[in-house]
Amino acid sequence: MDRRKSLKILATGAIATGAVVIGCTNTEQNNKVTEPKFNLDRAKEEFEREKKLLSEPDFFTVHEMKTITVLADIIIPADEISGSASEAKVPEFIAFIVKDMPSHQVPMKGGLRWLDIYCLKKYDKSFFDCTPTEQLSVVDKIAFPKRAKPEMSQGVKFFSLMRDLTSTGFYTSQEGVKDIGYKGNTPNQWNGVPTEVLAQYGLTYSEKELFECIRFDS
Amino acid sequence: MESIQIKKQSKFYDAVIVGSGAGGGMAAYTLANAGLKVCLLEAGSMYDPQKNITQLKNPWDSPRRGASTKFRPFGDFDACYYGWDIEGEPYTHTAGTKWDWWRARMLGGRTNHWGRISLRFGPHDFKRKSIDGLGDNWPIGYEDVKPFYDRIDKLIGIFGTNEGLVNDPDGYFLPPPKPRLHELMIKNAAATSGVTVIPSRLSIITKKEEQHGDRNACFYCGQCNRNCSMAKADFSSSNVLIYPAMKTGNIDVVANAMVREVLTNKDGLATGVSYINKDDMMEYEVSGRVVILAASACESSRLLLNSKSVRYPNGLANSSNVVGKYLHDSTGAAMGGLLPQLFDRKRYNEDGVGGLHVYSPWWLDNKKLDFPRGYHIEYWGGMSQPAYGFGFGMENLNGKFLVKGQQKEAGGYGKSLKEDHRFFYGAGVGMAGRGEAIPREDNYCEIDPTTVDKYGIPVLRFNVKWSDYEINQAKHMKETFKEIMHNMGAITTWGADDGPENDYGLEAPGKIIHEAGTVRMGNDSKKSALNKWNQAHDCKNLFVVDGAAFVSQADKNITWTILALSMRASEYIISEMKKNNL
Repeated sequence: MDRRKSLKILATGAIATGAVVIGCTNTEQNNKVTEPKFNLDRAKEEFEREKKLLSEPDFFTVHEMKTITVLADIIIPADEISGSASEAKVPEFIAFIVKDMPSHQVPMKGGLRWLDIYCLKKYDKSFFDCTPTEQLSVVDKIAFPKRAKPEMSQGVKFFSLMRDLTSTGFYTSQEGVKDIGYKGNTPNQWNGVPTEVLAQYGLTYSEKELFECIRFDS
Repeated sequence: MESIQIKKQSKFYDAVIVGSGAGGGMAAYTLANAGLKVCLLEAGSMYDPQKNITQLKNPWDSPRRGASTKFRPFGDFDACYYGWDIEGEPYTHTAGTKWDWWRARMLGGRTNHWGRISLRFGPHDFKRKSIDGLGDNWPIGYEDVKPFYDRIDKLIGIFGTNEGLVNDPDGYFLPPPKPRLHELMIKNAAATSGVTVIPSRLSIITKKEEQHGDRNACFYCGQCNRNCSMAKADFSSSNVLIYPAMKTGNIDVVANAMVREVLTNKDGLATGVSYINKDDMMEYEVSGRVVILAASACESSRLLLNSKSVRYPNGLANSSNVVGKYLHDSTGAAMGGLLPQLFDRKRYNEDGVGGLHVYSPWWLDNKKLDFPRGYHIEYWGGMSQPAYGFGFGMENLNGKFLVKGQQKEAGGYGKSLKEDHRFFYGAGVGMAGRGEAIPREDNYCEIDPTTVDKYGIPVLRFNVKWSDYEINQAKHMKETFKEIMHNMGAITTWGADDGPENDYGLEAPGKIIHEAGTVRMGNDSKKSALNKWNQAHDCKNLFVVDGAAFVSQADKNITWTILALSMRASEYIISEMKKNNL
């Protein structure tokens, strides 16, 4: 595609539905003044930092957040076991974690822009404005590191980061913890490995262990 | 400009204790229960495990899903405030040397989050020089400390088993939990290589006994690092020593009190300490009949070195010039991977206690090896609570193994990716060695001549290097781990590629957070700062009851011995006070 045309589209905001120029603040987004509430212990200096983090203006533009949401739902869609990334508020988690871990900021913001420029050249529109088929076609070019063409390597790196953050965000959500089948974090009596699991692996507890270890009547 | 005033507390205490971790907590507990009046100073904030709770929280309760910050380097749910990096409190290094310094800043110190691995030193551990000619012997032996280990076992509660091992002595153990699935696999794999595996020894109540008071048995959430707010089943100085001791009415706790120096009089005796209150930034003094330091090995030596006077020009209790020297940490090296037989495993709750259910005490004879001291092995793995980092790097995993019988391409997304996450969950396994280093005079911390912290207190400069003894030990650890991993069919994913170029993955000194040796005890006042009662040779009413007093630290985590020696020293103080010697 014609480079001059691309720049023109960028300048007129066809890509950026939020702020066009990175760094330009959107006052509408910045007016959230809420005292954060935590249900886990916070030391004094820690609480001050959390409060500051949460009151900082959003790092991503509205357009970037929309793109993140589309990508997150491609990475973790709803299936027969659990819901999608956006249903589990993964985009909100990503919006927070880049403030908490500034090392993610440039790779995320730059990666999103890389993706948009790639789509602009190929489809004349941003990733978000591409059709689902076009979006998946682009994702397929960056989601498989071994298959991806060398010129896509930056995109591969970005997608791997998106996959990491989306997976972590999802599987640490209430929905995701249920999906993965983590059964703990609750008072119980550890009575050893269930009998059928021991049998599955051909293992047994020794006489010594059965004698000396704590046991509970089940 | 405001003028600086020093506020002197009018109350005169029997004991002024600096630091509220294992050493300070036990001293406060012992002295207060004997009716002595105690002032307990803590450089960090107040912390009450009954109110400051992270236990039983879900990953989504943390906005960063349990990831670490500089305030909680071991994760957002970990109970320890601060760690490697405290704003306004720097430390420095001599070029070419390393020391990572962990500083807990809260009531109870690092006992609020520690691993609860509570290993007695054995008879050999007090007399290593007699065995290998290196380092020094302790002025005391196992028989001197055994009665205190016994009492601490009963008072605090510890599970484990009596195995009759010479240098891993028996104790008063509560029943241990049964091994988890991966631990059974480790046990068999280690046995093939001749590595001993026995139940771990952790200070967690598995069966409540009368002396445990209002503490209860473990309910197996696996979260000891969050401190047991709910049952007080595990040992922390806050839950088990300080809050119970406060009920005697004999302890005044002063939090946010950063101690500047130990004050002495013209007779050379300690009179108390001066400190800055971090809340109002005012200067204070508090005085007492004895001063007990338990601020951590390095902080205690920093305090002594900063307590200079005409009588003590190079610092208090330092006529021997050993304060700050012989600094050492446990060695550490680790390896991890996956157990393919656990792919797609059946789900059940295997949280267990917070930490390992089995471990390997040192099983070999160093006379036949190219390093002089041993190590023990800690193990982990299984279906733990997801946290930040869960699922990272799937592109390095899912192309390498058949997932439900299907060869996939590395990376990917969508429903297939969700299947991969479920498939690999709970298959992780890992192990780490914790070994004994040789304490050396030329490994030390000293006062940096040009740097102060934000309170104007001169800071420490570290100068520590590993020797071939520790590096060869790490090499042996890695060889052992590879063998165990191989024996159980595990795929190693990290820690297997180390070599001489990186000291075989040996962690930087300090990293294992077992700092010790800087104010060591001994019979010769020219080669040690303390006598066998943790009492300064130069200043009879000054005691040091943290890891600083250690001559060497075995391959055993040092807390149980800190507790035993602090109890022993405190009872000595009580008896000396009764005799009017103090």
